[in-house]
Amino acid sequence: MLVMKGIVKQFPGVRALDGVDLDVRAGEVHCLLGQNGAGKSTLIKVLAGVHQPDEGTIVFNGEQVRPSSPMDAIKLGFATIYQELDLVDGLSVAENIFLGHEHAYFGFVNRPAASKAAREVMERLGHPEIRPSTEVGRLSPAAKQVVSMARALSHDARLIIMDEPSAALAHDEVANLFRIIRELTAQGVAVVYISHRLEEIREIGDRVTVLKDGRTVAVGLAARDTPTTQIVSLMTGRNVEYVFPPRGGRTLGEEVLRVEGLTAPGVFRDVSFSVRAGEIVGLAGLVGSGRSEILEAVYGARPAAGRVLLEGRPVRRGVVGTVRRGMGLAPEERKAQALILDQSVTANITLGTLPEFAKFGWIDRKRERSEAKRLSELLDIRPPDPERPIRNLSGGNQQKAVLARWLLGGLKLLLLDEPTRGVDVGARAELYAVIHDLAERGIGVLLVSSEVPEVLGLADRVLVLREGAVIHQGDATELDEHRVLDMIMNGRAA
Amino acid sequence: MSEPTTKRPVAGSTVASSVRRLGLGEMRHLGLLAALAILVVVGLVTRPDNFATTSNLVSILSLAATIGVITVGATFVIIGGGIDLSVGAVMALASVWATTVATQEQGPLVMVICALSVGTTVGLINGLLIAYGRLVPFIATLAMLVAARGLAQRMSDRKTQLIRVDNSAIVDLSTTRWLGIPLVVYIFALVVVLGWILLNRTTFGRRTYAVGGNVEAARLAGINVRRHTAVLYGLSGLCCGIAAIIIMARTTTGSSTHGDLYELDAIAAVIIGGTLLTGGRGTIVGSILGLLIFTLITNLFILNGLNTSDQLIAKGLIIVVAVLLQRRNLKERAP
Ligand SMILES: Nc1ncnc2c1ncn2[C@@H]1O[C@H](COP(=O)(O)OP(=O)(O)OP(=O)(O)O)[C@@H](O)[C@H]1O
Ligand SMILES: [Mg+2]
Repeated sequence: MLVMKGIVKQFPGVRALDGVDLDVRAGEVHCLLGQNGAGKSTLIKVLAGVHQPDEGTIVFNGEQVRPSSPMDAIKLGFATIYQELDLVDGLSVAENIFLGHEHAYFGFVNRPAASKAAREVMERLGHPEIRPSTEVGRLSPAAKQVVSMARALSHDARLIIMDEPSAALAHDEVANLFRIIRELTAQGVAVVYISHRLEEIREIGDRVTVLKDGRTVAVGLAARDTPTTQIVSLMTGRNVEYVFPPRGGRTLGEEVLRVEGLTAPGVFRDVSFSVRAGEIVGLAGLVGSGRSEILEAVYGARPAAGRVLLEGRPVRRGVVGTVRRGMGLAPEERKAQALILDQSVTANITLGTLPEFAKFGWIDRKRERSEAKRLSELLDIRPPDPERPIRNLSGGNQQKAVLARWLLGGLKLLLLDEPTRGVDVGARAELYAVIHDLAERGIGVLLVSSEVPEVLGLADRVLVLREGAVIHQGDATELDEHRVLDMIMNGRAA
Repeated sequence: MSEPTTKRPVAGSTVASSVRRLGLGEMRHLGLLAALAILVVVGLVTRPDNFATTSNLVSILSLAATIGVITVGATFVIIGGGIDLSVGAVMALASVWATTVATQEQGPLVMVICALSVGTTVGLINGLLIAYGRLVPFIATLAMLVAARGLAQRMSDRKTQLIRVDNSAIVDLSTTRWLGIPLVVYIFALVVVLGWILLNRTTFGRRTYAVGGNVEAARLAGINVRRHTAVLYGLSGLCCGIAAIIIMARTTTGSSTHGDLYELDAIAAVIIGGTLLTGGRGTIVGSILGLLIFTLITNLFILNGLNTSDQLIAKGLIIVVAVLLQRRNLKERAP
């Protein structure tokens, strides 16, 4: 159905695609795998008409095509869900879904028709609770992802491209996504699916194409039967142990954080826990269970009743004070909450700890650069040039830069919200090691992740949240994935 | 990871990065320099006898000095994601306050201090209203434009206030020359240099870009966004105070009519210089080049005895062209 051959895309200083081949059949789920910066998003942007390839051909249903703009690609029957959400926050759900192809007569939007159609798509997606008239800016990241998907579905596309659609979704939402994908493929629609989670590829994928450094290194592997080690070594060019660092050997110190009766009406209630120096505490729960909001409240970025004590002293509201006292937050939505897109990787990394690089306000740029360079090497941020604008980095590499920000300076407590979202297998192992290393240096870590194995594998202690309340608190070693899932879904406390 | 994997354009990317560090920023400036060069050629061709004279060049620079100082402040505010419409009016108020009978009694030094503190205070009031009172910058500074000009009229009774002879030290700033160039031009140059350093070499400058580029990210990174915003407007006010001293020196007066529509010239210069009105991006050098282009156009129209209305039309066109070019720039960078 779709054959791409020898696609080359050159950006200033980077050859993002260097001869990529891709062959997608009707009715299949074709998975695209590759490390951060391998060129996956660039490839699908070529299909979506966002980028024009420098070389190569695209043949769709026997005809050579060359999508010259996103509109053009949509007309060809390609719909795309981008890795970075591309919704207009100020518009309503319905307006976003039909942006560019509104239900209109002579330029006047037919609102009732649009909201009816929007409601239908939302129901089909299993989210009738997302109202067509809601402003998108008020939705959670997961709900935004659903809206993005609704937009793609509204086009009646024959090829749907999904760039890490599951990254912002919780466990049950992913099941929902898969149900929709199966419906689509049954109708002969082809799906190109990008994800860093191999389990998902196994569950939903038919065939796999692996990219490495802008080249295709494997075509049409069977998604179910190819051994993980083979896939990983194709992606990374070496063998990565996809495991968590061993536990133990860490001595827990004094209590760094104590939270007492933290309550924000309608979001979470009566949350109490503590984190000791060198301890990793994980928060498990569904999207909407209040996980991220608790982190924000601890960080002083969201009003809440109750007490938050850092090293025994109460924390005043407001981020300025908490950062000065040694807290750091790597937020969930990197583009909206963490990155200054126009600035270099260096400037983004040092943003939180700038005073450490300055005397009387004067920045020591040499030291700043060398520190940023060190960190970007440590986390393997690619391309390895911290003076690049962060805008041009791949999603996973941007995420690493956000983490790097808090590895500097006298950190005491690190709050991590979905730290490995969009990060590839190899780098993930590296990140886990870094987080452990931080804990070993006596930093307390509070971690939120939608991936239960990640919480269990990384954390010493786990808090299970459901509908804004802590329903279980205990050692990670005493829990398994199954039990945690049971608790967060059904509310059965152990 | 730890292993030195086959990385493609390592050499290429370091070259690219140094080009970017030294070049790209200035690539945009190259366009502005070219425009400036064209205007100079036009001047040389149309008025060969009096364009390239020292007196004309000096008058261009002194003309540029007043708005130039304001433009430096405006660049900060706009990169920080705001806008300051009150600059011309604040300058007028500062010039009037510094030339009242009561202030003039105290001598030139107090007059200077008065102009600077009036400017800074009014700027800070803008900043407090915007940062803590949560007013939209456009509205807050528009209100200040009207109010400051009103207050200036009231204080001066709508009369032009002459600087007394015993305070002529102020006027000397424009008449005393060093290497043939009036002192006010040196003041302008000093403000530009200090502004450049503040923007490019200090935490304050870096944070200005961050606040303008992504407020939420800046806040979550622990930057005191409100205080920073307030200080930005204070800085703009300080620049208006300095501009007031320059205009007092050049005209020997303080007046409520000084600086009419300066806000438009300053904002236009900033835009032409490549600073985004949405914040987060821009340079001092660009703004100053933009301003010089503007001043040169004015000068050419005057030298050639052309109509001031045509001059406005020409300026309007330049703004449009500059913004269109910027758009193209943006598109290339978009992901
Ligand atoms: N607009 C751009 N300008 C310059 N370089 C770019 C641009 N877009 C992407 N790149 C570079 O191209 C390479 C491929 O990026 P791409 O976003 O396709 O990676 P990816 O495989 O999607 O990675 P991830 O898993 O992290 O999302 C990266 O090195 C990236 O820095
Ligand atoms: Mg990507």
